[in-house]
Amino acid sequence: MPQDYSYFPGCSLRGTGVAYDESVRALFALLDLKLHELPDWNCCGATSYMSIDEGSAFVLSARNLSLAGQAKHGDLVTPCSACFLVLKKTQDYVEHYPAIATKVQQGLQAEGLPPLNGVRVRHPLEILYNDVGLDRIKQASVRPWRGAPLACYYGCQLVRPYCDSDEQQTPTHMEEVLKAAGIPTVEYALKTKCCGGSLTGTIPAVGQRLNYIILKEAIRKGAGAIVTVCPLCQYNLDAYQADIRKSTGEAIDIPVLYFSQVLGWAMGADPKALGMQRSIAGKKTIKQWFAASEREEKAHV
Amino acid sequence: MSEEIRTGVYTCHCGSNIAATVDVKAVAEYAAKLPNVVVSRDYKYMCSDPGQDLIKQDIREHKLNRIVVASCSPHLHEHTFRTALAKGGLNEFFFQMVNIREQDSWVHADKPAATAKAIDLIRAAVCRVALQKPLTKGSIPIHPSVLVVGGGIAGIHAALTLANAGKKVYLVEREPTIGGHMAKFDKTFPTLDCAACILTPKMSSVRAHPNITLWSYSEVTQVDGYVGNFKVTVTRKPRYIMEDLCAGCLECIEACVYKDGKFVDDFNMGLSKRKPIYIPFPQAIPQVPVIDPETCIDFKTGKCKKSCVEACGERHAINLKMKETTEIIDVGTIILSTGFQVFDAHRSPEFGYGIYPNVYTALEIERLVNASGPTSGEVVLRDGKRPKSVAIIHCVGSRDEKTNRWCSRVCCMYSLKLAHLLKEHTDAEIFNFYIDIRTPGKGFEEFYQKLRNEGVHFIRGKVAEVTDWAFDPSEEGKLVIRVEDTLLGFARRIPVDMVVLATGLEPHADAQEVRRRFNLTCSSEGFFLERHPKLAPVSTFTDGVFLAGACQSPKDIPDTVAQAGAAAAEALALIDAGHVEIEPNTAFVLEEDCSGCRTCIPMCPFSAITFSEETKLASINQALCKGCGTCVASCPSGSIVQNLYDDEEIFAEIEGVLSNA
Repeated sequence: MPQDYSYFPGCSLRGTGVAYDESVRALFALLDLKLHELPDWNCCGATSYMSIDEGSAFVLSARNLSLAGQAKHGDLVTPCSACFLVLKKTQDYVEHYPAIATKVQQGLQAEGLPPLNGVRVRHPLEILYNDVGLDRIKQASVRPWRGAPLACYYGCQLVRPYCDSDEQQTPTHMEEVLKAAGIPTVEYALKTKCCGGSLTGTIPAVGQRLNYIILKEAIRKGAGAIVTVCPLCQYNLDAYQADIRKSTGEAIDIPVLYFSQVLGWAMGADPKALGMQRSIAGKKTIKQWFAASEREEKAHV
Repeated sequence: MSEEIRTGVYTCHCGSNIAATVDVKAVAEYAAKLPNVVVSRDYKYMCSDPGQDLIKQDIREHKLNRIVVASCSPHLHEHTFRTALAKGGLNEFFFQMVNIREQDSWVHADKPAATAKAIDLIRAAVCRVALQKPLTKGSIPIHPSVLVVGGGIAGIHAALTLANAGKKVYLVEREPTIGGHMAKFDKTFPTLDCAACILTPKMSSVRAHPNITLWSYSEVTQVDGYVGNFKVTVTRKPRYIMEDLCAGCLECIEACVYKDGKFVDDFNMGLSKRKPIYIPFPQAIPQVPVIDPETCIDFKTGKCKKSCVEACGERHAINLKMKETTEIIDVGTIILSTGFQVFDAHRSPEFGYGIYPNVYTALEIERLVNASGPTSGEVVLRDGKRPKSVAIIHCVGSRDEKTNRWCSRVCCMYSLKLAHLLKEHTDAEIFNFYIDIRTPGKGFEEFYQKLRNEGVHFIRGKVAEVTDWAFDPSEEGKLVIRVEDTLLGFARRIPVDMVVLATGLEPHADAQEVRRRFNLTCSSEGFFLERHPKLAPVSTFTDGVFLAGACQSPKDIPDTVAQAGAAAAEALALIDAGHVEIEPNTAFVLEEDCSGCRTCIPMCPFSAITFSEETKLASINQALCKGCGTCVASCPSGSIVQNLYDDEEIFAEIEGVLSNA
């Protein structure tokens, strides 16, 4: 019996984070978890909207929650950390601030939508950890890892302030899940530090310095790649490496992947189905992994 | 019989404590119109002498026979006003107190609503007081022996004070030795005298004192009775070495089949290893080793050659079949000096404790700088190297919204002391990271000045994190302190070799269990609550039970010893009075109504009810009854009545509070 979830991809997974969408769908299918994309979903109300017009942002966000309540496919899964945070924040604020609750209620009524019913908002990593469990991940992982150990990078929005089952400052679910899949990881002290967020667009010098700190420390720790849970983190760390090489003169070139890509790979999925060809940095490293595995798999046959 | 009820009602302003939130004039005017009320006044301070005189005078002039005072908690002034009634010639139980401060003005902001609440409560009291009956207090003798629970410096000082005054003292300590946290310290602030040098003579005195019975490795497991007559059960854990036979030669430890220590040594905070048979530290009292059955081969497999028993020889002090025993003692008063536990630094992972080996807690450093510690006073990192730079992070688990919000009071000063000692031992560069430096004790500020003159750095800022994330070669292999220096106004990265966490003080993990056992209350953070923060700082809400030391709140050694002396004095005052008055709020059986069903007997938590086979009736022992009311509520025929709480009084009170006109 497959487990059912409502699925909210959010805008990033239709743009810069297509590989995240592809890999989460592939990974969930491998684990017999069924994702039902929310019909007619809209903007989650994330950072930029929230900073300019909080009231409308809550209403937008609540519309998605209301749709999920109506859809009755169970918990609402969203891979994007920003979507996860905003949807959680909307539930929290509606519960605790009557003025916001009223505004949201009016917005939903105008749309003819039912009030919020407390649908549970969840991240795929937490689902892997709690619903699937480390044992099943271990069983499902068929492809041995031949690359260097990985640096698990969580960023901020997934763990702060709405952290359901992991530690806010020193989360470990990603490491545990990768370890179960036979993938080694490095001790990585910067795992919840700032990736630069939208500063890469607004004050690039500051944003890129923050990217640089994270990349450099991962390389120093001997990581073969950085693994992320957030499309903005992934984009920031992946897309600016050429600029950083230019500004620092340092040979920085490291793949930045989604945890779902790495796990999907371990569970035997085709790299194309996981969107791994879409990475910008560290192409050479990724190609070497493919080649090594292919050789091995052919030898087996 | 039908005497006319003439009630006086007095509403207190308590300065502005009540008057700012309750319209006391309106309350007094309202009360004046209530049935039976002859006099209703409001007054600035009812507890003052003129306030009490007002009551006495009105009793005489207006022939009052019932008094209601609306003021603070009965805990504070019920006794005051009852005494005023008695002096005015009225039975002191024709009195009812209404709490319109703690239960009204202090907890509400809306003045009309708070005023309405005060009126409701006073109306209830006026209805009730009319039905109250004259009662007399009983008197019981006080047992002259004292129980002191916890053998740290507080318990030691209290026990010695009482024993020197000729009282019999039982000192119960759960660890194998007395001495508490102080025994682990190296030097004490601000005088830098050696902790062991001032503590161990007192520990020896405890051992030698003819009036002190010391039960170490023991715990109080049950407390029955009441002030003057407590019956206490002490459970003595088996240490497998008989105290009366052991000479303290320690040859058994030498002879153990383990040639070297192999198990975590708690006394040295895990920085060294001990054998399964061990003594916590050389000056331990009692000077008797203990065997840990968890690690002893004989307990685990039964296949040890028992070289310890052999080494003990003719003394036969080792008894591997020793069982847990219990002692039941009678004492009149109890002093609780159970101390504190140190904040677990794992709870603040941003400081890297348990992640980076060279992050230490302050208590570990106390052992490291101590000449009798695991390194004989040599300060070295886990890899054996001497640190060239040390960061001391203040307020770990103190003044922190995420963990403990209170100031632990001792950390600033012990951090300064450790800074001095670390500098003395290693000549390292020392950085203190602080939020505020708090040095309000005698000689404390001067000590802070001395440290600044010694060249110790002080950086004001709450540390964001300790990390091994290196950004340039100077940081490679170091621990980097990331902090906003709030005096310079920018973020800094300071690489160091060693990090010391100034962990705070918190209540013991089992403080709630102990609280229940001794019938105490706790403040919101979980420390035992004193009866009054200023005027009864060592008393508790349970008569005859006193507090000393850090179980009441974090405090340093001077304050702890002062409080222990005060607790001993309070116990002495009770003992020397010889007897104590008891409330007449006991329950009794109305024999003509009792059906002898025995429902009440198992309900009584004090075993005060017996059943007479002769009369087939239940009867309540007035000396054992504590007035809890459980039997009253359980009696199916309503034939148990409790003084001060009989049904008609309670119903009148309920009717009063609900009859809002």
